[in-house]
Amino acid sequence: MYSKVTWIGGLKILEDIKRNLEERRELARRGGGEKRIAAQHAKGKLTARERIDLLLDDDSFEEFDMFVKHRSTEFGMQNDRPSGDGVVTGWGTIHGRQIYVFSQDFTVFGGSLSETHAQKICKIMDMAIRNKAPIIGINDSGGARIQEGVASLAGYAEVFQRNVLASGVVPQISLIMGPCAGGAVYSPAMTDFIFMVKDTSYMFVTGPEVVKTVTNEIVSAEELGGATTHTTKSSVADCAYENDMVTIAETRRFMNFLPANNRSKSPILPFHDDINRVEVGLDTLIPDNPNTPYDMKELILKLGDDGDFFEIQENFAKNILIGFIRLEGRTIGVVANQPLVLAGCLDIDSSKKAARFVRFCDAFEVPILTLVDVPGFLPGTGQEHNGVIKHGAKLLFAYGEATVPKVTLITRKAYGGAYDVMASKHLRGDFNYAWPTAEIAVMGSKGAVEILYKSDQKDPEKTLKQIAEYEEKFTNPFIAAERGFIDDIIVPRNSRRRIARAFTSLRGKDLKNPWKKHDNIPL
Amino acid sequence: MFKKILIANRGEIACRIIKTAKKLGIKTVAVYSDADLNSLHVEMADEAINIGPALVSASYLSIEKIICAAQESGAEAIHPGYGFLSENPKFPIALEKAGLIFIGPPVEAIKSMGDKITSKELAKKAGVSIVPGHMGLIKTVEEAVEVSMKIGYPVMIKASAGGGGKGMRVAWNDNEVKEGFYASKNEASNSFGDDRLFIEKYIVKPRHIEIQILGDSHNNLVHLGERECSIQRRNQKVIEEAPSTFIDKKTRKKMGEQACKLAKAVGYTSAGTVEFIVDKDKNFYFLEMNTRLQVEHPVTELITGIDLVEEMIKVAQGKKISFTQDDIKLNGWAIESRLYAEDPYRNFLPSIGRLTRYRPPNELTLPELVVRNDTGVTEGGEISIFYDPMIAKLCTWAKSRPEAIKLMQDSLDNFEIEGVGHNLPFLSAVMGHPRFLSGDITTAFIEEEYQEGFVGVRLEKKDLRLLCSAIASIHIFKEIRKSNISGRVNDKVEAVVDDWHVFVQGVQSRVKVVKSENDVLVQYADIETQKVNFKWSPGDVLVKFTINGEKYSLKVNNIIDGYRVRFRGADLKVQVKTSRQVQMSLVMLEKKEADTSKSLLCPMPGLVTSIDVSEGDEFEQGQTLCTIEAMKMENMLKAEKKGVVKTILARVNQSISVDQLIMEFE
Repeated sequence: MYSKVTWIGGLKILEDIKRNLEERRELARRGGGEKRIAAQHAKGKLTARERIDLLLDDDSFEEFDMFVKHRSTEFGMQNDRPSGDGVVTGWGTIHGRQIYVFSQDFTVFGGSLSETHAQKICKIMDMAIRNKAPIIGINDSGGARIQEGVASLAGYAEVFQRNVLASGVVPQISLIMGPCAGGAVYSPAMTDFIFMVKDTSYMFVTGPEVVKTVTNEIVSAEELGGATTHTTKSSVADCAYENDMVTIAETRRFMNFLPANNRSKSPILPFHDDINRVEVGLDTLIPDNPNTPYDMKELILKLGDDGDFFEIQENFAKNILIGFIRLEGRTIGVVANQPLVLAGCLDIDSSKKAARFVRFCDAFEVPILTLVDVPGFLPGTGQEHNGVIKHGAKLLFAYGEATVPKVTLITRKAYGGAYDVMASKHLRGDFNYAWPTAEIAVMGSKGAVEILYKSDQKDPEKTLKQIAEYEEKFTNPFIAAERGFIDDIIVPRNSRRRIARAFTSLRGKDLKNPWKKHDNIPL
Repeated sequence: MFKKILIANRGEIACRIIKTAKKLGIKTVAVYSDADLNSLHVEMADEAINIGPALVSASYLSIEKIICAAQESGAEAIHPGYGFLSENPKFPIALEKAGLIFIGPPVEAIKSMGDKITSKELAKKAGVSIVPGHMGLIKTVEEAVEVSMKIGYPVMIKASAGGGGKGMRVAWNDNEVKEGFYASKNEASNSFGDDRLFIEKYIVKPRHIEIQILGDSHNNLVHLGERECSIQRRNQKVIEEAPSTFIDKKTRKKMGEQACKLAKAVGYTSAGTVEFIVDKDKNFYFLEMNTRLQVEHPVTELITGIDLVEEMIKVAQGKKISFTQDDIKLNGWAIESRLYAEDPYRNFLPSIGRLTRYRPPNELTLPELVVRNDTGVTEGGEISIFYDPMIAKLCTWAKSRPEAIKLMQDSLDNFEIEGVGHNLPFLSAVMGHPRFLSGDITTAFIEEEYQEGFVGVRLEKKDLRLLCSAIASIHIFKEIRKSNISGRVNDKVEAVVDDWHVFVQGVQSRVKVVKSENDVLVQYADIETQKVNFKWSPGDVLVKFTINGEKYSLKVNNIIDGYRVRFRGADLKVQVKTSRQVQMSLVMLEKKEADTSKSLLCPMPGLVTSIDVSEGDEFEQGQTLCTIEAMKMENMLKAEKKGVVKTILARVNQSISVDQLIMEFE
């Protein structure tokens, strides 16, 4: 058996073992076999390995546990023990930066999660937490491996526990590239960002069949939990893309914005964009009529390096914009009211959307830029009865606890409680700037005058005079600046330079909250 | 010399007049409406006076307010520009009463030339050849049909007070006469407050060629050659050039002489234009005379070296023209492209909005080349619903027509406009069109060459390869940059792959891309190697590059899954992939675009003026479904194919926005 010996570089390799190893590797690489791979391809989906191949830099993937097999003996499972057990795990690099990755293989038992499958995922999650590198999970699984019963459920819970522990330590990103149903959804749900593929992925706790049986509601998988549903209605997912390739390409782009962990600062991309770039057009961004909307996205694009803005949750709660830009090559998280939608007001959805983003930035040392044009909170029973008080408080809380550099620019309206919420000076804003068009007040002039001069309501002439008086007093940033709530009033065209300099000056910021086990954010 | 003049206009023409005034050392006063507070002409002028709300009738058309502004500022004279009050005889009369000088022709000339019927009679008397037609106003539809049949189809229905294509319709049969009659009447009454119409023969293969004239009060009258204005869309000029490829010396002389004859007959002074229609045998007929500075005057200035505004100002002060007919030499070739805020892909419907980006090419004055851009906007400015949607007039001049066209192509490639829909790609397309290059054009050029509407340009192999090399170079630049991001596991930067596949316009090219110190070598499978040198950094939209020594420019935007590239009128998606990505993309499925043919969406912001069908109605392809008024133009939205109306969501007099649902079909 051990007769033939060759020498390579001073190392003794036994030919037979070598051959055996190659065969085993080859077998593992084949996954569920040609037929199932073809079926996967026919759906427009890539295989688990192809996805990793595209996601990571060429030849950078180091695989773990290729030879792991399940240990189930029920229902004839002992006769079918493919290597790898339906998930490919390991580490590699994206543009040279370390990433841990697991990718479920739908061609092997429908990517179902067994005890050993879960162990493989847990192993790389543990390593990621220890070695402080992000985790990307690619989900394409039919769910729990029924044959294994509670062992499979235990496996899920082990993964969940690690998601919780990793949260706030290393970024966790989930790519949903096939089914993700039942308990399985809670792992991605606890990660930082979820990207989905349109038409070929879905997430739900209970599928269309169960829904039909229980509630008589007839709904398709796509409508119940497809990429469009989750990026427009439920906000479960952050981004949706056309197909596997685009999703992976955008994930690579996205990872360039994220720090490796909660101790390291964001990566620096070599930058060429002039930090003193003057944007003349910004001087006229704010329309003459205070009730005319404008596109806040234009400001974001003109502030950031290269006009590069990675927007998150683009199609949900569009009255607030969130995403990443770079200044001097460094990542900045942006939160901005969008006057184009619902006048840019805060409501339940926008507060939740922004709050979670602010907390991500704070957890991972990403400085936050807040662009404010907010007329207040959206009124109405729909909001009040659904708890806008607690949801709005989430954003307030998130800003208040954040210790990362915070720069705020008020472009136009900053009314009422919403002014306080949007990273005001009082919530430890480091730099609070305003454009000359800023209006910082408890409310708009008309509403204010109605309350201030209730008895004069019948006299329109008087009311107009009072409105003018109020406007002169409050529809400018000077009162706030006199009190030091606004650090400076800046010319719109110079915003990029001023904001970039502000962040530059804050690179050494060191601020700590009082010791606590953890806070009690109004969830 | 005047000390101070007021410009009773806005936009590019106000800016252009201010420039000459500055050159002559005359102080300038701009007037502006509320909507124009931040306009360029306000910024450029020495003084600016607000003359009221955005609505033109309350500001730029208000004689009273303008005279007030002139008196307040102490201006001695007023230049009206074009449009607005420039051809309103009441304006110079009022100015004279107020003791102000009108920089333009005498009132009588404006009056007699302002009416299309009177002007024609005068022209006939002066011995100018005119188009066969019906001398007289058309009162009823029946009369319109009768007269049209008498003249013989096709005919042209025109507003008596018309200009600029407004209130004009061509009709090829009785039905179109009926439709056109009402449409013209409406437009005429909306635009000019005068709904009188007349009808004349429509010449089928016509060219629109006009003669610039200039006169003074000392009986001097010269003509400055012709302008070829045949590239028109819906009778609106788009591209003009001087001279015309079609006009020989003899014809030019004849046309010039007739133009001067007519001018003399009405005692004309100042700058004016006599428009002719020219048939394929070089017969020319008088169309009308414009008693003002024309939009397209720069092309004449470029080939004659004469500043028409300067001459107008001098003539207004009673000075003599400083040159004679013999002094005028036509030199080189000039082209003008009018940039409009209109969407060429949506049948040139007007577009409004904020110019989020506006970077014209650098103006240039060299002995061999001139690039001139007359504009009234700046980045961050607004193209509003209230005024003309012209963004700029880009002019080039060179020794020969091909050189001037090439310079125009390059300049258009260097022009950046974002935020509103614009016709830049269309202008580029025409500049590259073989028929335009040959000079064989008529006023029907656009209609004939773009029968299905404008769908963008398909690049020829050579241009495609240039684009491919440029994008491959950019791509490798970006890849190298990304591989230099901080926080890498290894300090050593991995070499970037050199084997790439570029996909554009259905063509896949495999290239080897190698970056050296100063340039990038792009090697194709057929052994051709292009050496690319470019000045670009990520975030720049404009890429200026040199390939094998030749200079080009294109515009590039990052989009998901590739690049959007605009070059020579083409608007393309370009993808750059590794071999591995190419192989895997074979697995991806083609996705169908959502079906939008079941509904009628509003293609532009405007006001619903009529809804021409009811719910449950069957309609034919081409039938008018509803009419939207935008930019004072009536736009009939016609059915793309036959169908049945299911629901109507818009109401008459409702103002609606782009892509708003008007009606749904079964």
